[in-house]
Amino acid sequence: MQAPVIMQAFATTLESYLLLSAVLFCIGLYGALAKRNAVTILMCIELMFNAVNIAMVAFARYLPASNLTGQVFAVFIITIAAAEAAVGLAIVLAVYRSRRSISAEDFNLMKW
Amino acid sequence: MTGDALETLAFVILAAMLIGSALSVVFLRKIVHAALSLVASFAAVAGLYILLNAEFLAAVQVLIYAGAVVVLLLFAIMLTQGSQTPQSNPGNRQKGIAGVVSLALLGVMGWVLFQTPWQASSSAPPLNATETLGKLLFTDFVLAFELASLVLLVAMVGAIVIARED
Repeated sequence: MQAPVIMQAFATTLESYLLLSAVLFCIGLYGALAKRNAVTILMCIELMFNAVNIAMVAFARYLPASNLTGQVFAVFIITIAAAEAAVGLAIVLAVYRSRRSISAEDFNLMKW
Repeated sequence: MTGDALETLAFVILAAMLIGSALSVVFLRKIVHAALSLVASFAAVAGLYILLNAEFLAAVQVLIYAGAVVVLLLFAIMLTQGSQTPQSNPGNRQKGIAGVVSLALLGVMGWVLFQTPWQASSSAPPLNATETLGKLLFTDFVLAFELASLVLLVAMVGAIVIARED
């Protein structure tokens, strides 16, 4: 059975995965820039990490010359993202303890 | 249906789920709901990894992101009382400029993406991707692999020191 025309527009090529990754990255970027809650900002940074990982894995799948290097990079990105989440949330907790707030606008200790 | 059409259908469903849940992470009013829709977006990404023939990464995605990172985020939300107010996920004054910057970046990335002549091949993916990945990690990338374990150790010690009551 032939695929419908609307489906062919979304055919799974490298470009469609990269476009999806770009859209996800921009959603995460908007959230990281426009949100006030520090935990939401960390969640949006995780979304951006995931967007990059999708691009990496898509490169590994569709560019055979890369020989799975993209997947190796994705493993390292996941590692760094986990470390970043742990340290970031510890910082949020420490700031909450001294300031009684997790609003990013109250984190002005290092502003001059 | 042929295999290609099935793959396309799965991609469209996963992409819609991913974009929808990512938008609700950003726009839902309660931060606990945002954290739960983050789980949905991580699950969609794991599905995309399976479509891309990266089964090991899909398993790691579910274990580390949907498991560990989201539980960590929920603990941080509960420990900071941020979820008790009805509007616990507010925006700030930079909403407009942030939207402009994000859309501009999306435009630039989309333009570059369709300008670049990718040397892509849609040939069948190699079998045993996990085996190849393990061999690569312990031969070509073994130094980076050991450094990653050091980074994790430093992050763990740092998180404990920073979050400790003193």
